[in-house]
Amino acid sequence: MSGVAQAPAERPPSARERPGPRPQTGLRRTVAAMLRKELQVELRTLESVPAMTLFSLSTFVIFHFALNRGSVEGDLGAGILWVTLLFASILGVNRLFVADAEEGGFDGFLLAPVERSAMLIAKVLTLLAYLAALELIALPAFALLLLGTPLGPALPGLILTLALADVGVAVIGTLVAAMAVRTRARDLLGPLLALPLFVPIVIGAARASAPLLAASHPTWPALRWLATLGLYDLLFGLIAYALFDFLLED
Amino acid sequence: MYGKGLRALSISTVVAMTTALALVFFYAPLEAEQGFLQKIFYVHVPLAIVSLCGFVLGGLLAIQHLRTRDPRWDMRSYVAIHMSLIFALATLITGSIWAKGSWGHWWVWNEPTLVSYLIIFLLYATYQPLRFAIEDPERQSRYASVFAITAGAFVPMNFIAVRLSTAYLHPRVLGSTSNLPGPMALTFLVSLAAVALLYATLCKYELTAKHTRAQVRALRRRLSGETARPRGGRSAAPAAPPVKVAPAGRTAP
Repeated sequence: MSGVAQAPAERPPSARERPGPRPQTGLRRTVAAMLRKELQVELRTLESVPAMTLFSLSTFVIFHFALNRGSVEGDLGAGILWVTLLFASILGVNRLFVADAEEGGFDGFLLAPVERSAMLIAKVLTLLAYLAALELIALPAFALLLLGTPLGPALPGLILTLALADVGVAVIGTLVAAMAVRTRARDLLGPLLALPLFVPIVIGAARASAPLLAASHPTWPALRWLATLGLYDLLFGLIAYALFDFLLED
Repeated sequence: MYGKGLRALSISTVVAMTTALALVFFYAPLEAEQGFLQKIFYVHVPLAIVSLCGFVLGGLLAIQHLRTRDPRWDMRSYVAIHMSLIFALATLITGSIWAKGSWGHWWVWNEPTLVSYLIIFLLYATYQPLRFAIEDPERQSRYASVFAITAGAFVPMNFIAVRLSTAYLHPRVLGSTSNLPGPMALTFLVSLAAVALLYATLCKYELTAKHTRAQVRALRRRLSGETARPRGGRSAAPAAPPVKVAPAGRTAP
């Protein structure tokens, strides 16, 4: 294994990023390097984001036929949007650490003299990028295929809700993926662990976006749902930060 | 040494349970609206409180495990969560019975406590599969502790989120002891103590049994002269830490 921690995508190691004799590389640089590696791997393999996007599109179609409705709004619309986004994000969560576990990425990272939290932060940012890419396509598709009200006026509130919920999904998803990836039944355990932890996010996000998607007089969501989402993000951010190191050592 | 105090604990549990049941059936007055059905309150609510405390306790013990790396803390955390899961199942069943009796449905979605309880139960139901899916015992205990801490912090957060989401359709007359009449409050507190004692006793039994089994296995190994043998079969339960067998009169060849 070369001295560079980024295992699956070998890029020419530049002298600047080689850990070298210094004991610790700066956290920000490590995170940036890992994030770049993750996005590069995703761009080359196109493994997660296209699958998540396709999955969400098929789910919208399935909802159309299952509900037998041409358009949805309000509570129902918010529910469909969030169920679809969460299940699509599960696909990304399941694949998040697979390359590291199978191709030796963990070993390389552990050998490098960098802080362990760098991996957590980089993976959370990666998952956030995946989710943003997913929503960039899934949200217009939802508006086009199912939504009965115009998307435009709801957009600012929806983007805020999406951002808050995505942070929670990314943090919980990363923690759960790291927990599940080195078990024998990782494809089963990931969703099983993640879904109950996602429930408060669904509550906050669906209640926040329901009034935005209402058929008549779309209104700004109540502040308490956004506050719930923010608090949940903060709490799980702290938990993940405190516990992630224990999942890496060995 | 692990069985120490087990007998006293068992006896006090039996006494407390008997007292609690006697109070429930002969002392506590019948509730005006629900009548006899309301008596399930004295079983259901203590079970719920004790199991939730047990889940949080499992998380605290897991913190101790990650700090000290002593496998005994992992064993305690496992037993606390395992026993809480059993109590939680009983809570869900008694809660369903109560809901059917008083509201006419086996399950109601607008009772926030019931719903958050179900979510927590579903989360903890993955604890054993998670343990079972990891073969290396050291990593199994470490991952299980991470899970136990995460889930333990999730318990209060989930209750807040679900309670926020639900309108108070049902007045919470029995929500806390402060608005219970005296005899009912006394009965409730005695029942709570009895269920807590039952929880402690069952946990201690399980711990003792696990250690005894490990001890027997170690002794049997010594008798057959083998030095080290991997545990037979995988298990979701943590392996009991190696027991020092007191030197016998003569050693195995």
